[in-house]
Amino acid sequence: MNLLDKLDAAAAARKALLPNGVGAFGIPIEEVYSATEARIGDRRVLLLGTNNYLGLTFAPECLEAAHEALDEEGTGTTGSRMANGSYFGHRALEKEFAEFYKCDYGMVFTTGYQANLGTISGLAGRGDTVLIDGDSHASIYDGCILSGADIIRFKHNDMADMEKRLRRLGERTQTTLIIAEGIYSMLGDQAPLAEIVELKNKYDCTLLLDEAHSLGVLGETGQGLVEKTGLLKEVDFITGTFSKSLCSIGGYCVSNHPQLDQLRYISHPYIFTASPSPATIASARAALELLRNGTELRKQLWKNAMQLYKHLEETGYKLGPEPGPVIAAIVDSPQQALALWQGLLEHNIYVNLILPPAAPEGKSLVRCSINAAHTTEQMDYVGRAFAKLKPQIFG
Amino acid sequence: MTASDYDETMQLLCDRLGSLVSSDTPITPESNLIGQLAIDSIKLLNLIMEIEDTFDISVPINALADVQTVRDLVDLIHKIKSA
Ligand SMILES: Cc1ncc(COP(=O)(O)O)c(C=O)c1O
Repeated sequence: MNLLDKLDAAAAARKALLPNGVGAFGIPIEEVYSATEARIGDRRVLLLGTNNYLGLTFAPECLEAAHEALDEEGTGTTGSRMANGSYFGHRALEKEFAEFYKCDYGMVFTTGYQANLGTISGLAGRGDTVLIDGDSHASIYDGCILSGADIIRFKHNDMADMEKRLRRLGERTQTTLIIAEGIYSMLGDQAPLAEIVELKNKYDCTLLLDEAHSLGVLGETGQGLVEKTGLLKEVDFITGTFSKSLCSIGGYCVSNHPQLDQLRYISHPYIFTASPSPATIASARAALELLRNGTELRKQLWKNAMQLYKHLEETGYKLGPEPGPVIAAIVDSPQQALALWQGLLEHNIYVNLILPPAAPEGKSLVRCSINAAHTTEQMDYVGRAFAKLKPQIFG
Repeated sequence: MTASDYDETMQLLCDRLGSLVSSDTPITPESNLIGQLAIDSIKLLNLIMEIEDTFDISVPINALADVQTVRDLVDLIHKIKSA
């Protein structure tokens, strides 16, 4: 089998899962009308397959800031910060992130994916260990692989399992980086941060928390799980993304460890890529301001999330373990998931289809993400569509 | 670790793979885990967790880069157990 044959084999496996050219992955979105509506084909659909948690994609403050940056600084930076320099916006956003988390150091990356890649591979190296949750995002896996450290997985959110693995490491725990996520992207559940912190202290490890899905969503000012649990000071490094609640593109890492700054000189995913464009930085800065003061947005987001979770639970769907802005209906077979996904699209509702091996435990998921701009009526409509489809698909 | 320990590990792993593999493909030390036995990446990672618990050892998943066959995996376990 040559290189291209291998890709053909993968394409055949994908076709077997998704017959008739169903475009569930990378579906063409023809027009975007608002934070909650777009056109797919000739349908005007309700968007429940974005990570636009605070619904800020068209916030006037962000649009205006982006327009202004575009006019004043141009479309792109055309190079890396190391070689081509740091714009005012990059430096300002780093300061604002550090200040938001009451940390001494902040660093901005070109994407959240690169924030994880750059931070993890900068912190851990050959001979060190990274201890990661079994449901970790691909950017965490890839960062670990890039680091060259030994990678050990623990069962998702299972603290007894994590401790067992820490015990086995013996003295190596001192050079171990534990990695968890504020909200897990597939099932929408939160990490048991208090217990993780306890173990991190007991075994003298370093802790990194990825707040990609929890930024703007958890905590009084939207810092994420660190704020909700009051454990900000216990987490060594926090990473996250601008691509979800901030509705831009980019990533960050904040810390009180001065060593974070050193990553600017050693981290390839920071150095060997162009810095974020002025407009993406400007809109992220404006969105961060709205996010910090977004108590009302968070209230609406959680109201919507609770409403839909309850509706689906009552209808008899098997869901992720706790309600939140990510609500995943867990189904047994890829065929059922595909039928549900298609059925929802026929009701003009767009959600995410997650098939094995991307979904945990060999299951398939129909994943909804809820948004502060959704209305009570829209949540009700979605709940009723799920209810109508249940007997048709699951008998 | 002795030769009989090695054989025991091989037997244990073949038995466990037998329950994971859906087809009737015979499992031999030379079977390719992904190519012939169609063990997908997540199944393999979960199997590693089980192996860690069975033998009370740490098996870094990056070490799997060199593992293609059942024998490669037993060699890896053997090496870690003997260290
Ligand atoms: C948990 C987690 N971390 C990191 C990322 C990467 O973020 P970005 O989209 O900015 O690359 C994502 C998003 O896909 C994610 O879900």
